[in-house]
Amino acid sequence: MRRHLVSLALLAGALAIGAATSAWAHAFLDHASPAVGSTVAAAPAELQLFFTQELEPAFSGVTLSSGDGRAIATGAAAIDPQNRAEMVLKLPPLAPGHYRVSWHAVSVDTHRTEGAFTFDVQP
Amino acid sequence: MQPNRLAAAAALTALPLLIPLPAQPHGFAGERFFPATLLTDDPFVADEMSLPTFTINPTGTDGSRQFDLDVDISKRLTPDIGITLGDTWEHVRPKGMPSVTGLGTFHTELDWQFFTSAPHEATAMVGLHSSWAHTGRVQALGADDFTTLSPLLDFGKGFGDLPESLPWLRPVAVTGNLSLDFPTKTESAGNPNPNNFNYGFAFEYSLEYLQHHVKDVGLAPPFDHMVPLVEVSFSTALNRGMSGQTIGTVQPGVIWSGQYMQVGAEAIIPATRQAGHGYGALVQLHFYLDDIFPNSFGRPLFGE
Repeated sequence: MRRHLVSLALLAGALAIGAATSAWAHAFLDHASPAVGSTVAAAPAELQLFFTQELEPAFSGVTLSSGDGRAIATGAAAIDPQNRAEMVLKLPPLAPGHYRVSWHAVSVDTHRTEGAFTFDVQP
Repeated sequence: MQPNRLAAAAALTALPLLIPLPAQPHGFAGERFFPATLLTDDPFVADEMSLPTFTINPTGTDGSRQFDLDVDISKRLTPDIGITLGDTWEHVRPKGMPSVTGLGTFHTELDWQFFTSAPHEATAMVGLHSSWAHTGRVQALGADDFTTLSPLLDFGKGFGDLPESLPWLRPVAVTGNLSLDFPTKTESAGNPNPNNFNYGFAFEYSLEYLQHHVKDVGLAPPFDHMVPLVEVSFSTALNRGMSGQTIGTVQPGVIWSGQYMQVGAEAIIPATRQAGHGYGALVQLHFYLDDIFPNSFGRPLFGE
């Protein structure tokens, strides 16, 4: 039995090391600018989303809508070539108000995640 | 078949292997990530492994102490159908008697995740849990000498769809299990084996959801990936002279979820007299096999 326990411990240890050194996993949002749920004094010129993993540009994107649900026309989101875990969306001039950001991301292991958050622009 | 048609068919068959399409990772319903809970069943199929779960049980009603080492592995057969295999190594110290060690009852589970709603962060699953006769030390440890079949319903619901005017409630999620035991023997060694109604719930508050979906409150690692929770689980006998007898525990704790694995710890508080007295504890190391092996063992066997 002691030998079985040692084998189990070794297997758990090997998996833990493998997990710690593996390069792929699904992408969580790490932080954003404007920050999640924040209120900013001036309208931002761009939206920056930073993820925990590198993204597949063809399957990842972000949209912006106003507080009453109307879609706001923007260009396409871009993945920063220097940091493929960062997605950037250039914004048109935003009036003061409440905005909702909706993102979807596919990490390099093909796992899809999605999320949304809001921010406010002060009058 | 013409050779060129054969080649085209082969190319179409191989296409999904050459161009991997986006896949749904474990435990998600829309924006909601449900961690693998420690006491109650997860309401989703997944490729994952608990290795190990170490439990120090509360002192038994007869004064005995028990320590358990559990291993569970789950594998998706298709994106919605999965199986789980598990067993427990038990170490029991009866009061005033020599210690006994050995395997408990081997158990399996077949599940079908039949419902997932991304907008409402909801998921539901039906399945059949089976614990198998004579797979553990029957005489020494009291492992089952009968098979028990337990049809089950598991469900999960996140509350991220609440209005934005209730921001602090949106990280809340609840998962639950309902099942009914059907033992294949009505009694063992003179003791009745009743039908039991089992019910358990996990009440979770996801700091990850709060920080990344509701409001950036400045949580830094590791706190921004923690889920404080309280799990409760009860089993009530329905017949064979034991009607109404209930055993159950309440287990407050916390789970930290990383990219490839999670670590969880809970206290064990007996909620009924039959659950013993004093306190216990458990810790668990749990691996997300679909993230560790995304292109091999971590994918469903069929259909993705």
